[in-house]
Amino acid sequence: MAAAVPLFLLVLLLLGSGGWSQAEPPRDSLREELVITPLPSGDVAATFQFRTRWDLDLQREKVSHYRLFPKALGQLISKYSLRELHLSLTQGFWRTRYWGTPFMQAPSGAELWVWFQDTITDVDRSWKELSNVLSGIFCASLNFIDSTNTVTPTASFKPLGLANGTDHYFLRYAVLPREVVCTENLTPWKKLLPCSSKAGLSVLLKADRLFHTSYHSQAVHIRPVCRNARCTSVSWELRQTLSVVFDAFVTGQGKKDWSLFRMFSRTLTEPCPLASESRVYVDITSYSQDNETLEVYPPPLATYQDVILGTRRTYAVYDLLDSAVINNSRSLNLQLKWKRPPESGYIHYQPAQDRLQPHLLEMLIQLPASSVTKVSIHFERALLKWTEYTPDPNHGFYVSPSVLSALVPSVVAAKPVDWDESPLFNTLFPVSDSSSHFVRLYTEPLLVNLPTPDFSMPYNVICLTCTVVAVCYGSFYNLLTRTFRIEEPRTGGLAKRLANLLRRARGVPPL
Amino acid sequence: MVSTCFLCQGLTTLAGLLLLSFGSLAASQIEDQAEQFFRSGHTNNWAVLVCTSRFWFNYRHVANTLSVYRSVKRLGIPDSHIVLMLADDMACNPRNPKPATVYSHKNMELNVYGDDVEVDYRSYEVTVENFLRVLTGRIPPSTPRSKRLLSDDRSNILIYMTGHGGNGFLKFQDSEEITNIELADAFEQMWQKRRYNELLFIIDTCQGASMYERFYSPNIMALASSQVGEDSLSHQPDPAIGVHLMDRYTFYVLEFLEEINPASQTNMNDLFQVCPKSLCVSTPGHRTDLFQRDPKHVLITDFFGSVRKVEITTETISLQPESGIMESSHEKDGMDEESLEPLKYAEQLPVAQIIHQKPKLKDWHPPGGFILGLWALIIMVFFKTYGIKHMKFIF
Repeated sequence: MAAAVPLFLLVLLLLGSGGWSQAEPPRDSLREELVITPLPSGDVAATFQFRTRWDLDLQREKVSHYRLFPKALGQLISKYSLRELHLSLTQGFWRTRYWGTPFMQAPSGAELWVWFQDTITDVDRSWKELSNVLSGIFCASLNFIDSTNTVTPTASFKPLGLANGTDHYFLRYAVLPREVVCTENLTPWKKLLPCSSKAGLSVLLKADRLFHTSYHSQAVHIRPVCRNARCTSVSWELRQTLSVVFDAFVTGQGKKDWSLFRMFSRTLTEPCPLASESRVYVDITSYSQDNETLEVYPPPLATYQDVILGTRRTYAVYDLLDSAVINNSRSLNLQLKWKRPPESGYIHYQPAQDRLQPHLLEMLIQLPASSVTKVSIHFERALLKWTEYTPDPNHGFYVSPSVLSALVPSVVAAKPVDWDESPLFNTLFPVSDSSSHFVRLYTEPLLVNLPTPDFSMPYNVICLTCTVVAVCYGSFYNLLTRTFRIEEPRTGGLAKRLANLLRRARGVPPL
Repeated sequence: MVSTCFLCQGLTTLAGLLLLSFGSLAASQIEDQAEQFFRSGHTNNWAVLVCTSRFWFNYRHVANTLSVYRSVKRLGIPDSHIVLMLADDMACNPRNPKPATVYSHKNMELNVYGDDVEVDYRSYEVTVENFLRVLTGRIPPSTPRSKRLLSDDRSNILIYMTGHGGNGFLKFQDSEEITNIELADAFEQMWQKRRYNELLFIIDTCQGASMYERFYSPNIMALASSQVGEDSLSHQPDPAIGVHLMDRYTFYVLEFLEEINPASQTNMNDLFQVCPKSLCVSTPGHRTDLFQRDPKHVLITDFFGSVRKVEITTETISLQPESGIMESSHEKDGMDEESLEPLKYAEQLPVAQIIHQKPKLKDWHPPGGFILGLWALIIMVFFKTYGIKHMKFIF
């Protein structure tokens, strides 16, 4: 009897699983993507995007089984009647001048903007509860979002997903610029990914490398999208994006060659088994930087060209699901190398030594045609010793003019001159190559106004001090050290004075 | 024949007796084991770890708290049962030469920040009010689960606090203090609401022993890094990071805890001996008079780890699969697809629409407060000057 029971159970299980094998294909799908963009300043930007699309209308159907779509976020959508949610946590600032235009930029700190469904009755209460729940999920202080930092924009922040009406009453936007992003925010963000940090592109997400960057931005975007081209039904899309910019000098040690290992201290080994697409794109639109061309190793099997952000760009594509990409080496370490033609320039710089020698800078430059080249040097003004100033320091100090020696291509080729026969003005510079002629030009000298001390001050100080000493101290000194005696006023005329004289001669007291 | 029957009967009874005695022995053994099971009286473990100092030069307090966090996680308490409060962010501080790391030893051997850290209260959220609300459970209803201390009367709670303190108080973020009396009252509230079974309180601040002087609730054991009148000192600075990395007491506690594993039988008396005066310069103190059990019977893992008592059973449990739900919803979806018109995306910057939208009228509220008072004053002055008979000109 006891043995028959487990047998019966076994049979049930087999039948059961046979029934399940005819179940419908899973209704959610994951796509992961990494885009590596070398920036004009020598840094490298890496943008991860993980997109989970769930073919389900959360508003109409009851959900009991979560597979790829994280349960924590799925429950939020139904409980708070969300139409769209966009949360970003950013450290740093995207420097558009040096790095170009970003795919998506986020403000420093935390930004949360949400569109609620129009079936909701109390938007502000849901907004407050939602920010509290999100602060628990992402370990950020989003609970500080309240009416003092929430606004309802009226013109922008239209929904990025499907919308059938845009009454801005259901939109709320808040930014917390003081928020710090650190590993405790990355950890729950990583846990929302289906493959966590175990397989696929998410193995590269190591905190100690990702936070050693000039710009770090992680975001979560939830919105409804079209399920197919006819757009008759709704799917929910969750995008998790992470953008980092690695600094060439801090992490690259000044070298311009990059590799995945140098950036992330990891390489890619396998795609995420739950992903339907797992790709790495490398921007190989070559920048004209001193004639260098960008080479990617290993060479890509496919390229992708399109107009991105207004310019035509070419990308090298590495599809991790394609077994030829991750071959026998079992790991993919992409390397970006800059190949430059052989150096034809020359730079010599000798810095100055105080009171010994001046600066010397010599450069050999090849100037492209019809272009303007500017050479600039930064300098700081220093104070000299007071004996080193000239008697007229307010005139300024002179910097010697720069010298430009150039080989200018000639319009007409010159023939070699005979030094004895030709006039003197033609034989100043020897001509070696008839296709170009040599010129030496000078710039103007530079007159620099150095900070000049006020040389009259010592004199002023001496005068003032002596006056003070004489008047104040001198008076006290006199009062304290002089003795005073009373003197009788002298009375009487000339006769009395003569008589006193005689008496004094005799030794008798005067009158 | 009869004698053999008697013999065999006797044998069977003897065998029966023996079996019975063995059975009873086994039963009493099982009872003993069951007794051991609930020896400590707790079924789950919680930890509340608080660092109360802000600013870069208080790096060591964050490192202290993170070391205890790391030990507690390693010994089994999950993140959902740990409330970690850090008053400032040291790992991603712009002054940190190694971002996303917090080190405990000057040779940068141990990164206590790790890769899997979840900070529940951070930066400005670490206040005396939030700390007391977490302990007593009086939290606003919208607080997420990870920020609550959901302990019951069978929970053993470890509370670790570090920062700058004085005689009878602990400073929070350089702007407010919590006194030992408030703390004792909070623990009494917890006892009255049956929020803990046993509580271990560790504090690493200057004059730390003053913080546990006023406790009066049962089942509390307390440790402190220094006595009243003594300062707790820091361990060693790191020349690359530029600040002191840890406090001495917690450094030696961390060293002690690194040798504990979930199965170890080390007891509290060993923890009391952890940092003698020769190493710590201050005199660590402890208080066990409120605690029911003898400290030498209290295991370290009773508070620092989450050792689950597991019972193995050989019964089988069968589950019924529910495949009905998934199929029906799929059918419904197939029907809806044909009947709707296509949906469309919103225009991102509809300039014409933006320019021509009308401004929304604000709801009208009757005037109140200052405006009402001002108008009442004006009307009163008017009628006083001109007399009430002029009202007929108005109405």
